[in-house]
Amino acid sequence: MNPALLLLTDSRLPAGGHAHSGGTEQAIATGAVHDLASLAAFLRGRLHTSGHVAAALAAAACTLSATRSPDTLWDLLDAEADARTASPAQRDASRTQGRLLLRVARRLWPSPALDGLAQAVPNPHHPIALGAAAHAAGASPEDAALAAAYHAITGSATAAVRLLGLDPVAVHGLLADLAPDLAATASMADMGAHSTEPPGASGTPLADRSWAELPARSAPALDLLAERHAGAKVRLFVS
Amino acid sequence: MAARAAVGTSLAGGRTVVSRLSSAPPLTLRQTGPRTVHLVSTAAGPLGGDRLELDLDIAPGTSLEVGSVASTLVLPGDGESVMVITARVGAGASLRFAPQPTVLAAGCFHRLVVRLTLAAGAHVFWREEIVFGRYGEAPGRCHARFDATYDGRPLLRQEYTVGDPALGASPAVYGDARCIGTTLVTPETTTPTPAAPAPAAQGLAVSRAVVARGAAVSRSASEAVAGDGAAVSRTVPRTVAADDPAVSRTAAGAVVADGVAVLPLAGPGVLVSALGADAVELRRRLEWGEGVALGDLAGAACPS
Repeated sequence: MNPALLLLTDSRLPAGGHAHSGGTEQAIATGAVHDLASLAAFLRGRLHTSGHVAAALAAAACTLSATRSPDTLWDLLDAEADARTASPAQRDASRTQGRLLLRVARRLWPSPALDGLAQAVPNPHHPIALGAAAHAAGASPEDAALAAAYHAITGSATAAVRLLGLDPVAVHGLLADLAPDLAATASMADMGAHSTEPPGASGTPLADRSWAELPARSAPALDLLAERHAGAKVRLFVS
Repeated sequence: MAARAAVGTSLAGGRTVVSRLSSAPPLTLRQTGPRTVHLVSTAAGPLGGDRLELDLDIAPGTSLEVGSVASTLVLPGDGESVMVITARVGAGASLRFAPQPTVLAAGCFHRLVVRLTLAAGAHVFWREEIVFGRYGEAPGRCHARFDATYDGRPLLRQEYTVGDPALGASPAVYGDARCIGTTLVTPETTTPTPAAPAPAAQGLAVSRAVVARGAAVSRSASEAVAGDGAAVSRTVPRTVAADDPAVSRTAAGAVVADGVAVLPLAGPGVLVSALGADAVELRRRLEWGEGVALGDLAGAACPS
């Protein structure tokens, strides 16, 4: 593992991640998450749906960063993220976090790939910014995927500690229990990034069967929670 | 059993003609109107081991409505059953696809693949409903993958896995719902096409949403629609959100009520996504969301 990954996944990285609960605040407001067991189920569901998709996109972005001329393709990879995020509130949350992360990463690890991404997509989806940042920091696509999967659950877990007053050690126990799932998710995403290639790399037209086949696991309840939260009058977290 | 059925339309003298209609049991198609076909199941299933394919080819400027006379009951058998639906919708063409739900019987092992290729200016109304088992029954397993592209760009990609108790019951995924449903609606376009200057005249009761071609791709559907003062964003907040506290509307144009959300996509289109305790509740929620999406809000009330 590349040490830069520790920086990228640290909640103290000044990239605004702490402001997002990933639907947890609304899940608590509706009573769907109310104790340790329901939080565990929520986190597991989140990891294996939107976390899985984020991991795959991050790995693809990391792989794309390593190609010779990725600039023209950032827009399409970002569109693939859009197509997998039906909820406008989730797209907003992802792009806000992506923009902040990209800004931080360009100062920490200046690189042509990050400049190219910022030029093509100023507000990229978070997993895409994360994948590009991971590459700029010298990490592998599998590392990028692991960081994305981890990001998909840690913000939600710590938000639940604050909102429900749960025992923080018990909640971190849930995260530790998910470690094998995190590793499996990152490994699957990495395999996907290697077996798919950017469109055009082999003379294929746009929207061919390559990135198109990346995972697209949906979580209808998360979509509902995200929109309910975006329309809520009182809220502590942005998402 | 392997079976392949197909429907194709063509334009003759400015009118839609169902020019191709081929059936293979259990997928039997019957033309039930000038621009309507229905799927009639002529054998049980799909059963494990079946591979069924349905192709829909909607020529530019034509319109077609596809329904089914009964729900599809997916049954166990020898291995995986596969249903692949491929639809191509041409410029200025309209397709309404609204079959009865797919019910996953206990022990089934099913894969559903939907590939939707929409030309610029294609109008589609595409409903999918999946019911987790018959009454009181635990469902078998199902993996559904839905891919829609619009003008060569990805519009919507979704995957649903049903029958994994560790995940399905997660409050992040389906919670305590027993049915899931989605309806994808892409707006009509005013872009004139050589074949069909006015898709609305072809008879589908569809959205009045108007999206300028350039705007549709570069901005979100909600913005594009709002910019033209069309039905989706104009009528939703006043008619629904204002007088019903259970319904909320976000700044981005999404509308959410109990168990249903109307989600403007990044590309030109709106997805209605619903969860339900049973097929009746699911349909009620979906239809409510579809009404919101189509801007047809006369009498719309909170679905639950």
